[in-house]
Amino acid sequence: MAGPYSPADLLAFAGAVASGAVRVVDLTQTLAPEFPVIVLPPEFGQASPFRMEEISRYDERGPGWYWNNFTMSEHTGTHFDAPIHWITGRDMPDASVDTIPPANFVAPACVVDVSAQCAEDPDFTLNVDHLLAWEQQHGKIPKRSWVLLRTDWSKLPPRGYANMKDDGAHTPGPSPEAMKWLVEKRDVHGFGTETIGTDHGQATHFNPPHPAHYYIHGAGKYGLQCLCNLDQLPPKGAVIFSAPLKIKQGSGSPLRVLALVATDGAAT
Amino acid sequence: MTEPLVRPKRKDPLKRTRLPLSPPGARSRTALGLVAAAAQGRFMLQVCRACAKTIYPPRDACPGCFAPAPAFCDVPDRGKLLAVTTIRTSTDAYYRERMPWRVGTVQMDCGPSIVAHVHGDLAEGDRVTMSLKLDRSGQAAAFALPVKETPAMADDKQLREMTCDPKFRRALVTDGRTAVGQSCAKALSEAGCTIVFVGVSDPWKPFPGEDSLRKIPNVEIVPLDLTNSESVNDLAADIGGRVDIIVNTSEHVRAGGIMARKGLVVAREEMDIRYFGLMRLAQAFGPALRFRGADGVNSATAIVNFLFVHALANWPEFGAYSATEAACLSASHSLRAELKPGGVKFINIFHGPLETDWFQELPPPKVAPAQLVKSAVDALKRGLEDVFVGDIAQDIRDRFLANPKALEREL
Repeated sequence: MAGPYSPADLLAFAGAVASGAVRVVDLTQTLAPEFPVIVLPPEFGQASPFRMEEISRYDERGPGWYWNNFTMSEHTGTHFDAPIHWITGRDMPDASVDTIPPANFVAPACVVDVSAQCAEDPDFTLNVDHLLAWEQQHGKIPKRSWVLLRTDWSKLPPRGYANMKDDGAHTPGPSPEAMKWLVEKRDVHGFGTETIGTDHGQATHFNPPHPAHYYIHGAGKYGLQCLCNLDQLPPKGAVIFSAPLKIKQGSGSPLRVLALVATDGAAT
Repeated sequence: MTEPLVRPKRKDPLKRTRLPLSPPGARSRTALGLVAAAAQGRFMLQVCRACAKTIYPPRDACPGCFAPAPAFCDVPDRGKLLAVTTIRTSTDAYYRERMPWRVGTVQMDCGPSIVAHVHGDLAEGDRVTMSLKLDRSGQAAAFALPVKETPAMADDKQLREMTCDPKFRRALVTDGRTAVGQSCAKALSEAGCTIVFVGVSDPWKPFPGEDSLRKIPNVEIVPLDLTNSESVNDLAADIGGRVDIIVNTSEHVRAGGIMARKGLVVAREEMDIRYFGLMRLAQAFGPALRFRGADGVNSATAIVNFLFVHALANWPEFGAYSATEAACLSASHSLRAELKPGGVKFINIFHGPLETDWFQELPPPKVAPAQLVKSAVDALKRGLEDVFVGDIAQDIRDRFLANPKALEREL
């Protein structure tokens, strides 16, 4: 970070948020029981979907108050993946949600729009060429930036969203080469998607399998998935606030993902 | 001739729903031996061990030789209808609103004479098949039936009081994703249900048989996930007053003992789908079922639950699953008591391994889903409460009744 930042600067920022000069975009899906969760082959352990049980609702169980118990996995709904989530990241320092330095929960984002390609092909695979083409237009992806893949997948109805066939899910995602390049050549902060996971629906068959998980977490970086409203972000210049719950040794966490967007829309 | 039932008109919304009443329900402990037989659709009376006399009504000692505690045994169920009376008035509130009512005396081939409810197609002098039925108070009642099936026999007004016949009723099958659920939807539709609601969870996940399920006549797919209280309550809010039979086809079969499992994730899933699922279903749909127990031809009548027979005695190969099923069995007993004021039955269909994916590694004999479902529909038609389908279920039952401790060791 270049230069000092005064309390006045910070207050000016807060004022800009309050006035709407800085727009806050919610990139979070509502946590609801019907929202799809990742499905593994049934012999593996399964992530729990979101479930809610009423404790009381102004009734005999608690006359003046309404509250709920809820259950879900760390990887349900819009959620954050910590490096420790993947075997490649298990020995990384500060790799669980409770130990990640909090500054890492605020970072800028580059939004790569492949929604047109995905509308044509649910198996769309993001390659290095697509990223280079993006850079031609918007400049080099800065270090420590989120790369968010806009597929408009979040706008699909549940069945189309999960798009499960008898040979697995058919949803877009990155190729192994693209992930390796983003991590090694661009040193990104993390990778975020609208789909159910950071990886392609058919990524089990990639080499290595699940390359987004493999490379990002292997380099101690982060994942975000089940995002929405990426169409409201500029290609460059949005700042993402994504703080997971502080779960002891947590591998990830549902969270509220917010994007701060300057209203003049100017990309840096 | 029994007048065939006609499909009931829609209810007059200005009329009060008739509340369910129960016939007299007090019985001696000994007489409850008849309930055990009736629950399984068996015809059992006491037979004296000393003098071989067949005894009715149940007694604590043989009336012939005074030998104590005669045991209940399967006995021949044929007899002759000696006399019939049509009762036209009663001081009992239940029978009063169901008059006229036929009762008669049957001379049984096995010895005793029995005062019984008499099917409308029987006349004095006829040969009869005697059966034990569970009446609306859950007690055994002797019911004389024609030896040969007569047209519309099941539609007899008195008989239908004691059965849960699907004809003209509306059923809910809780899980249409499974082979058992799909088989159930088909069988209930064929048995005359006017609507078969079929629950499907996670509609975003495709499943085999989906297209043919949608093509079954009278089937209506509804969103239902027994692990999600909101989903169960939402569905009950929509159709709770229009469901007369619930068949719980939810399943989550996983092999492994208690220690063999690593962690509780699968065990929680089992309990959530099976035990808590049953509880959610009962809380959401039970009160309306109980309230509608006497609501005309399509009154609410039964909940059917499929149970792994190792609910009775744990089989360590499927140890955690057996434990979950034992919880469901225990819950079924509570639910029976809670549903009793409405005259609504809770039917347990016990089975061994099924011809389904999750029992794939086990050798035969296994029960095919269609066979399991056939037994369930048969149980509804006959008003049974405990049904053991297939050789393994029956074998486990018999060994359990004979010596539960021995069975524990054998398993």
